[in-house]
Amino acid sequence: MTATETASATAPKKQWLTATVREVIDETPRVRSLVLDVPGWPGHRAGQHVDVRLTAPDGYQAQRSYSIASAPVENAITLTIEMLPDGEVSSYLAGEARVGDMFELRGPIGGYFVWTPDLDGPLFLVAGGSGVVPLMAILRERAIRKAPQPATLLFSSRSYEDIIYRAELDTLAGEGSGLRIFHTLTRGAPAGWTGQTRRIDAGMLSEIGFAPGRMPRIFVCGPTPLVESVARTLRDLGHSPKLIKTERFGPTGR
Amino acid sequence: MTGAPISRGFRGRGGGTNSRVPPGQHLVEDFPVLSAGPTPPVDLANWRLSLDDGDSPLAEWTWQQFLALPQTDLTVDIHCVTTWSKLDTHWKGVSIDTLLEAAGLTEPPQPYVLAHCDGGYTTNIPAEDLLDGKAMIAFEFEGEELDPEHGGPARLLVPHLYFWKSAKWVQKLQFVDPEIPGFWEENGYHIYGDPWREQRYDGD
Ligand SMILES: Cc1cc2nc3c(=O)[nH]c(=O)nc-3n(C[C@H](O)[C@H](O)[C@H](O)COP(=O)(O)OP(=O)(O)OC[C@H]3O[C@@H](n4cnc5c(N)ncnc54)[C@H](O)[C@@H]3O)c2cc1C
Repeated sequence: MTATETASATAPKKQWLTATVREVIDETPRVRSLVLDVPGWPGHRAGQHVDVRLTAPDGYQAQRSYSIASAPVENAITLTIEMLPDGEVSSYLAGEARVGDMFELRGPIGGYFVWTPDLDGPLFLVAGGSGVVPLMAILRERAIRKAPQPATLLFSSRSYEDIIYRAELDTLAGEGSGLRIFHTLTRGAPAGWTGQTRRIDAGMLSEIGFAPGRMPRIFVCGPTPLVESVARTLRDLGHSPKLIKTERFGPTGR
Repeated sequence: MTGAPISRGFRGRGGGTNSRVPPGQHLVEDFPVLSAGPTPPVDLANWRLSLDDGDSPLAEWTWQQFLALPQTDLTVDIHCVTTWSKLDTHWKGVSIDTLLEAAGLTEPPQPYVLAHCDGGYTTNIPAEDLLDGKAMIAFEFEGEELDPEHGGPARLLVPHLYFWKSAKWVQKLQFVDPEIPGFWEENGYHIYGDPWREQRYDGD
């Protein structure tokens, strides 16, 4: 036995657990949340994800990662899935799955892109599309635990209808919450829209985000091109790379 | 898999299985990007690659010196722990065998390697997994210089392990004993990371 095998033999294997769909919530025309019952779930921290495994009747399996949308203190695991055209797993989870359906998951996974209320410093969250999911877990946790850190979410969506968690975000950002939310819509805005309508750029980030001197903890999540450009720009604006955590969901777009 | 619950209505995309795709992986055509923080800016004038034996320096190359070393082409399949695999990727770089030779070494001075990168990322690999043409410091992908977001100017390439071991923006290979877990290995990922044994997380 090699030293490598000895070292890994000490940790318990992460088990595949059976998840049963308890509730299906339509968030937008293309995005759904699944509230799951997962007996044996060990608990998680905001920002972590799970691996989901689907098994077809013929034994074929497919596996993908999904962020956890629910706060650790909530008594459920919620995933929020965007249906991608031709997406093998997302079209099942965000299209076909009904209450009572079952699949497997294991986790929580990831000890890096995480936030707990005992971390000091203001929170600056930047999301593109379904990249808002792990950030929502952070915002829900922050609200439930009444964490005092001020927080700002800058959220880029394609259109008004595509804004995931729109109503809940408005509620979370209510009077005295210390949370400010800024939307930008990249593919057209409805009449009377007062928010931004361009891709996230340096001007937006410096105007909306906290000054680098306040040492905000920054979480950026979304499609790769957005994460790349936002993280680079934040760095150029003087934010320490050590305080910028990123999670990239999608293909390169090239 | 025995005991896995059937997901009613799930059929998958079908299309048969490919013997080159490890369990739990699926093929992609594009090249997803995954890293923990921002992409560091590239500065070739100050770029250095070094080999250390513990805390003692063994060798160091500037970008020009590195490019002057004998180069190797490698066509390989790559496998990311987030379950995508990509077949027949083409890389150019300097093999770790060549680096050892250039440093005047006939074998690794210690049995383990900790790779250090710009931005503070680290990952650990047994030294023997980097030898005999199995690994390189790559600077070209598909005939073009390596994109910064994919680790340019140079990354470690260890294609037979999950891709987080192929550290981007690599700067130093430190030979150590005992093994020192790197960034993701400290964060719950497997100490070794063999895709064919699905060694994704600690304990797999
Ligand atoms: C850590 C992590 C957390 C994630 N969390 C979430 C989450 O909370 N919610 C969520 O919806 N997704 C999330 N994802 C993405 C998810 O894992 C899948 O990649 C996504 O659902 C597509 O899988 P699929 O089987 O439907 O598509 P596939 O069958 O794999 O691919 C179908 C087509 O869509 C393209 N594609 C793949 N991913 C994306 C994407 N993200 N955007 C646009 N095109 C894409 C592929 O290139 C391909 O052409 C996460 C990914 C990671 C790595």
